[in-house]
Amino acid sequence: MNRLSGTLAALAAAFLATGIATAAPAADRPDPVSTFTLDNGLQVVVVEDHSAPVLQHMLWYRAGSADEPLGSSGVAHFLEHLLFKGTDTLAPGEFSATVAANGGQDNAFTSYDYTAYYQRVAADRLELMMRMEADRMKNLKLSEEDIATERDVILEERNQRTENEPRALFSEQMGAAQYLNHRYGLPVIGWRHEMEALDRDAALNFYRTYYSPNNAILVVAGDVTPERVRELAETYYGPIPANPDLPERLRSQEPPQTAARRVIFKDPRVAQPYVSRSYLAPERDSGAQEKAAALSLLSEILGGGSTSYLADKLQFQNQVAIYAGAHYGGTSLDATTFDFTIVPENGVSLEEAEAALDAALADFLKDGVDPEQLERIKTQYRAAEIYAGDSLNRMADRYGRALSSGLTVEDVKAWPAVVQAVTAEDIMQAARDVLRPEASVTGWLMRAEPPETVTEAATETPAEEVNQ
Amino acid sequence: MMRFATWIRAGAVAGFLAAGLALPAGAAVEIEDVTTPAGISAWLVEDHSNPFTVLEIRFRGGTSLDQPDKRGAIYLMMGLLEEGSGDLDSRAHARALESIAASVDYDASDDEVSITATFLTESRDEAMALLHDALHDPHFDPDDIDRVRRQVLSSLASDLQDPNAIAGKTFSAMAFGDHPYGSPGEGTIESVSALTRDDIVAAYDAVFARDRLYVGAVGDITAPELSEIVDGLLADLPETGAPLPGKADFQMTGGVTVVPFETPQSVAIFGQKGLDRDDPDFFAAYVLNQILGSGGFESRLMNEVREKRGLTYGVYSYLVPKDHAAIYMGSVASGNDRIAEAVEVIRDEWRRMAEEGVTQEELDKAKTYLTGAFPLRFDGNGRVASIMVGMQMEGLPVDYIATRNDKVNAVTLDDVNRVARELLDPDGLHFVVVGQPIGMTSTPVPGSEG
Repeated sequence: MNRLSGTLAALAAAFLATGIATAAPAADRPDPVSTFTLDNGLQVVVVEDHSAPVLQHMLWYRAGSADEPLGSSGVAHFLEHLLFKGTDTLAPGEFSATVAANGGQDNAFTSYDYTAYYQRVAADRLELMMRMEADRMKNLKLSEEDIATERDVILEERNQRTENEPRALFSEQMGAAQYLNHRYGLPVIGWRHEMEALDRDAALNFYRTYYSPNNAILVVAGDVTPERVRELAETYYGPIPANPDLPERLRSQEPPQTAARRVIFKDPRVAQPYVSRSYLAPERDSGAQEKAAALSLLSEILGGGSTSYLADKLQFQNQVAIYAGAHYGGTSLDATTFDFTIVPENGVSLEEAEAALDAALADFLKDGVDPEQLERIKTQYRAAEIYAGDSLNRMADRYGRALSSGLTVEDVKAWPAVVQAVTAEDIMQAARDVLRPEASVTGWLMRAEPPETVTEAATETPAEEVNQ
Repeated sequence: MMRFATWIRAGAVAGFLAAGLALPAGAAVEIEDVTTPAGISAWLVEDHSNPFTVLEIRFRGGTSLDQPDKRGAIYLMMGLLEEGSGDLDSRAHARALESIAASVDYDASDDEVSITATFLTESRDEAMALLHDALHDPHFDPDDIDRVRRQVLSSLASDLQDPNAIAGKTFSAMAFGDHPYGSPGEGTIESVSALTRDDIVAAYDAVFARDRLYVGAVGDITAPELSEIVDGLLADLPETGAPLPGKADFQMTGGVTVVPFETPQSVAIFGQKGLDRDDPDFFAAYVLNQILGSGGFESRLMNEVREKRGLTYGVYSYLVPKDHAAIYMGSVASGNDRIAEAVEVIRDEWRRMAEEGVTQEELDKAKTYLTGAFPLRFDGNGRVASIMVGMQMEGLPVDYIATRNDKVNAVTLDDVNRVARELLDPDGLHFVVVGQPIGMTSTPVPGSEG
C-alpha cells in the first residue's frame, strides 16, 4: 500500500523477486554496500554511488500488516498515511511540502512485513531529510480531524484498488483461503469493516509499539560516504532511545495444511475468467536460502514467459490458454506462496484449463528440467546483476525488503551465488515438496450474470456503507 | 507490449518500486548527436560504468496511421515482430534472446511506435542480428497472428468492463470524433477480428520509414560502434511511409457525461483544450499545472479534494500535447455518493485559478520543485534513452537538458497568471464519469442526438 500511487506491495515483492537477481558488486570494483548499527539499535545500510549528486533516503520499519492487532486490519497502512500529518514542530503536510520545496520527491509504502518511507533529493539535502524523518519517528501529532479525513482517503484507496477491481477482490479471497492461521491471509489495506472502525487510539498504539530505532532500518543510497551517513545518523537518530518493550516478532504460524481448498468468485464485471492456483511455500531464511533459490528458478522454468514449460504446453502445443504463468516471491518473514495463473482461450472452460494445468505439472514432474532452459535462466540471472548496477534504487529497495523480512546484508550478497549453485535435482525436489494439493488453493474467477435492475444493485454496493 | 498488464496488475506495482533512483547518468547528461555514414541522426550518451546498452528506436505516426476500417492493425503488427523472423520461429527467437540475456520491447501509441533493445556489450552483435531479423524479416505467420490476436481480443473484452478504459474511450470519442485519436489504437473486437495477414503487412509498410525515424542510445557504446549498428539496422528502410493524419479538432464542450456502470467507485476523466508543446507559453502552462494539479501533495487539487475533504485517493491534471491536437486533462475517482462533490470542487478550483491566478510564493515553490526534481528523472540508461528520443521528436535541441531549468526559472508571475486566464476554461471543462454517480446526470450535447 503506497500513500500515493501505490500498491499491493507484497505482490510486487513477488514479482521483483522472480527474474531479477540480486546485484552483487563486480569482482573488479569495491563493494558499494556497507552496514553498521547505532547504539540504540538502528541498523544502517549505505549503498555508495557517486556518479550523480543525488541520493535516496529510506527508513524501513519492521512492522507491516501482519503485525497488526486482531480487529485492526489496515492500521499499519493507515498509520503510514498519518505520518504525513504533523509533529510537534511540523504542521500537517509540511513534511512533503518541505521535501518538494527542496526539489525532492517523497512517498511511503506498506506491506505485510514492513512499512517504508523514502525521499529522493539532491545529496546535500540529506541532513534535512534525516532531521525530519527522525522527528516523525516519535513526535507525531494527530487531530481527530486528521483521522476522519484520512480514513476517508484510505477507504477511497480501497475502493480504487480493490472494490473496483474484481481481480483484486478475487485475490483477496484466495489469500484468505490460503492462510488458515497467519495474518498474511488478510489484505494489507485491511477489510473494509475494520478500516471503517480505525481510530486515533488504534493508530497511536501501533505507532508507539513499533516505531522506534531498534525496530528500523535506515538505507541511504547515492552520492554519500558511510562516514557522513554515520555522522548524521548519530546526530539525528542517535538520541532517540530504543524501545525496551518492543515485542518479539512472533506471528501465529500455519498448522499443517491438510485439505485442498477451492474458491469460486463471481462478479458481473469480469470479462475474462481465469484460474489461479496457489501453494503454501517456504520463504528465504537467513543462512538457508537454497530452497527459495530453487523455487525462484522453478517459477521461471514453469511460467516465466513464452519459452516456459507451461507456455509451451498450454499456449503453443494445446492452445488451451492465452496466458500461462507462474510466480514466486521468496522475500518474506513467514511462509509465502507459489502461484499459477491460467487464462483460458475463448471456448475453453475453467475446468478444462485447470485440468490442463494439473496435467502439465504432472508431466513436468516426470520430464524433469531441460538443462538448456536452466542454463538460459541462470545466464539471465547473472546478467540481471549487471543490469541492476544501473539502478541504485533497486539495490536500496532490495536491502530494505530483505532486512525487514528477517534476512541480513550477508544473505543479500550471497543470493546470486546461491541461485547459480542450484542444480536440476534441487529444482525437482523443490517442485515435489511445494506442489502438494493439500497445501493448495484453486480459484476460479467467473463472470456473474448482472442483477435484474440497477436500483437494487445500487442499494447493495459497499460504497453506500462508507458514509453511514 | 504489455498485453497482460490487465491481469498482472502487480506488474505495475513492481514497475513503481523498481523505477526510481538509478543515478549513473545523473545531472551531467552529455548528449552527442551522431550522424551515421548512411545519414541517420542518433543521439548518444556514453556511459561505460556498466557493460550494457539501451537502444531506443521510434517512428512517428503510431497507431494513428491505421486505415479507418483497419483499426488495431498497427498495434497487432507491433506485437507480432517478436513472434518469429529470419530463420527462427516465435519461441526460437525468444530463446535466442534469453541465451544472451537481451530483451527487446515493442510498443505502439497514438503518435509513435517504439522498439527498445537492452543488451550486454559482450553479445551486442548477436542481439543486433536478432533485432535486424525482427524488423526486416518478420514472418507474420498465420498461426502466430491468430494466437496474438486472441490475446488482444481478450484484453479488448476486459476493457469493455473496465471503468477506466470506458472513461478513456468515451472521452476520446467525444473529443476527437472520426480522427484516429477518437478511438483506441488497439482497435475494437470487430475490427481486430476482421484483420487479415495482408492488413498486417500493409501496417508494417506504413510504419517503418526513414523520414520519421528517431534514435537514441545510452550505455557502453562509442559513437563509431553506434553508427555501425544503426546503419546495419535502419539504413535499408524505405525513405518514406504512410502520410501522417491531419490536425484533430477538439470537439468537446463543457458539461458532464455519465456512463452508467455498476461499480462502487465512480471514475472520472476531465479535460478541455490544451496547449501545443512548441507554444511560447508552454513552460508557463507547465508551471501552472504543477501548482494546480500535478499530483504532488502540494498541488491545489490534491489539497482541496483529498487532503481537506478526503474525497479521493488521487486527483491529477496534466497537459497532453499530442502531435495533432493538444488537450489539458485530468482524472479522479470517488465513491458513487461523493463523486459529485469531487467534480464540483475541481471545477471550482479550475475557476479560482483562472480568476485569481497563483501567488508569488506558490510560483517560487513550484520552480524549486521542478528544477530540483529534473535531475532525478535521469535514472538509468533506459530512462535517459527514452527522454532523449522524446526530445528529438519534440524538436528540442541537443543541449536542451542544460537549458531546461533556465526556461522554468524564466517564467514570471505575470506569465503564469496570464496563461491561467487565457487557457483555463472552467465552463468548457468536460467530465466523463463512469459509475453510478449520485446526483449527476449527463449534459445534453449541442448538435448531437443526445
